[in-house]
Amino acid sequence: MSTAPLIREEGYKWGFYDPVEALYKAKPGLSHEIIDVISDMKGEPQWMREFRHRALEIFWKKQNPPWGSPELQSIDFDSIHYYVRATDRDARSWDDVPEYIRRTFDRLGIPEAEQKYLAGVGAQYDSEVVYHNIRKDLEAKGVIFLGMDQGLKEHEDLVREYFGTVVPPADNKYAALNSAVWSGGSFIYVPPGVKVEIPLQAYFRINSEAMGQFERTLIIADEGSQVHYVEGCTAPIYSKDSLHAAVVEIIVKRGARVRYTTIQNWSTNVYNLVTKRAVAYADAVMEWVDGNLGSKLTMKYPSVYLMEPGAHGEILSLAFAGAGQHQDAGGKIIHAAPHTTSTIVSKSLSKDGGRTSYRGLLKVYEDCYDVKAKVRCDALLLDETSRSDTYPTMEIDAPDVHIEHEAYVSKLSEDQLFYLRSRGLSEDAAAKMIVNGFVEPIVKELPMEYAVELNRLIELQMDGALG
Amino acid sequence: MSTPLLEIRDLRAGIAGNEILKGVSLTIRAGEIHAIMGPNGSGKSTLANVLMGNPTYEVTGGDILLKGERINDLSPDERARLGLFLAFQYPVPVPGVTLVNFLRQALNAVRGQEVPVREFRELLFEKMDLLKMDRDFARRYVNDGFSGGEKKRAEMLQMAVLQPTVAVLDETDSGLDIDALRTVAEAVNRIMNPEMGLLLITHYQRLLNYIRPHFVHVLIDGRIVRSGGPELAEELEARGYEALEAELAASGN
Ligand SMILES: Nc1ncnc2c1ncn2[C@@H]1O[C@H](COP(=O)(O)OP(=O)(O)OP(=O)(O)O)[C@@H](O)[C@H]1O
Ligand SMILES: [Mg+2]
Repeated sequence: MSTAPLIREEGYKWGFYDPVEALYKAKPGLSHEIIDVISDMKGEPQWMREFRHRALEIFWKKQNPPWGSPELQSIDFDSIHYYVRATDRDARSWDDVPEYIRRTFDRLGIPEAEQKYLAGVGAQYDSEVVYHNIRKDLEAKGVIFLGMDQGLKEHEDLVREYFGTVVPPADNKYAALNSAVWSGGSFIYVPPGVKVEIPLQAYFRINSEAMGQFERTLIIADEGSQVHYVEGCTAPIYSKDSLHAAVVEIIVKRGARVRYTTIQNWSTNVYNLVTKRAVAYADAVMEWVDGNLGSKLTMKYPSVYLMEPGAHGEILSLAFAGAGQHQDAGGKIIHAAPHTTSTIVSKSLSKDGGRTSYRGLLKVYEDCYDVKAKVRCDALLLDETSRSDTYPTMEIDAPDVHIEHEAYVSKLSEDQLFYLRSRGLSEDAAAKMIVNGFVEPIVKELPMEYAVELNRLIELQMDGALG
Repeated sequence: MSTPLLEIRDLRAGIAGNEILKGVSLTIRAGEIHAIMGPNGSGKSTLANVLMGNPTYEVTGGDILLKGERINDLSPDERARLGLFLAFQYPVPVPGVTLVNFLRQALNAVRGQEVPVREFRELLFEKMDLLKMDRDFARRYVNDGFSGGEKKRAEMLQMAVLQPTVAVLDETDSGLDIDALRTVAEAVNRIMNPEMGLLLITHYQRLLNYIRPHFVHVLIDGRIVRSGGPELAEELEARGYEALEAELAASGN
């Protein structure tokens, strides 16, 4: 039974919760038994069950990364509920979603957005996907957009071929944890040449207290196809911490194009430790647009492996850390083929003692000539108590590469503030304007609705409302 | 006679204990154009910044009155909302913020109410035409990558849109080519009206050929050492500051 969430942060508008008992809620803590329970309830094939058990062993053996935040040590793995099932249906119509869950997503504006500007929507509530739907015309063209569990049921061969190949369980402690207890997430397949012109969106909602959400997403963009996937997430504010450890794997085949946009807005009692990685083949384009505003601690470095000539990788990362938050974000690009190009742009904001870190890797393998890579990190400190650090790593093993790297940390400029104020803007409005301008290079990449949403979240964060 | 628009009384200001303005007094009435000339480093921009309330400078004495109200303790935005405007000698880039968005918010702020989008667009385009600016220019980021002349023209656009009561133009002429100078000067003359006061800071007589001042003041080492009519500017142009300084020294002033 959940306790009522704290209403200490008034401005966080997503902090409400549904006071209901879940259909099934695993006792806190991890064990091989709990994995069998999950696997049984889902009716999974044997190979997946074994995959989970192996991953659990790996999780137990793996340490936290030595460079990771000391905060990681305070995660109490024994107090987390690893599996919370609110409903046993993944509905295709909102009418079939339990009333109280539907109301939650209504409040989050999801069904409305689906009608207005999305090609498909997936909605996850605690451990399970409760709703997913895709436009009929796209379905007719062979586009698959399912919850991951249903994807496994209906397309086992495809899942088995790719699952865990881009992010193996041994990649890191939290990828291992996810592999052991994963539940939900999206499964997307776009057939050759099919272009999904408007976004597919998934929304992840944690409702229970001390809950672990471990969704698993697999996107396969076949040759010459195109898709834009957007994810959003929120949670109630509880006194006990929750853990969100997702794994996202993306395969971008020859000439395909995938954009993956995240607007992360977890409440500040959520640890957000996510492994996101894509492989891009010949002439493919992979773009991560990663906005991190919420959570207590985020550690997330979306990666692109450029596997064949002509591949291009792009990572646009935006982080905003307010009081009590640490956003450790960035990106990794691995040039594993000649004639490949990449760009990383990172923008971070810290306020009220918040901390942002940019952590990046740029790697060029031997024999990968004609490589062009650009990394640019800008950090803006909004007051004296905030902090920002940059940890860029470059491993360049090839001679013929063109690399640009720039990193700047700056304070809110007195000159800019005075200039704007001399035109009548209050100090507050002037600071917001400077911040909006600072994040503009990333915001302008978003579809209009998300740009508006992101700007709104940034303004709330500026007011100290996201906490 | 009506209340002066701007009255500066024995103003002293500086930075980190270093006095730059050493007692400046000046009165501008409605419809008047004043020019301040003076050598580099004499304190002209400091005066402009202090009038606008730049927190970098500390005011150590004297009063600034805008339309009779003492504004020493007001913030820059409060001063702007009272009708004061400063065209900067070195306008500051604000990357990512478009000129049009900035101007709209600024206009809403000084008017204290939301200006309807249509009205704003009409006003903006009218003023851009006045300054012979390409309309696409409004979509550029404020002062970001602008040429020297473009910056100055953008400052004048802001003045034209915001329609202040008292405007201080700090070396708006420098950086402008000959044609641009004429365009900008003509625009300033159009914007200027009998209810407005103008303070021009310049090094060059040329600007004053286009915008005729009623009064010219010479600022040297933080003090106004001479005031006169437009002929003073011509005299300075012919003789330079050194001759004037020598004269003043000789007269024991
Ligand atoms: N922010 C500042 N920090 C330190 N010194 C300053 C600052 N602003 C002005 N000063 C000093 O005050 C004096 C007056 O400078 P100011 O910019 O007002 O001169 P000015 O008359 O506008 O010169 P110019 O004709 O070159 O524009 C100079 O000695 C300058 O170095
Ligand atoms: Mg100056």
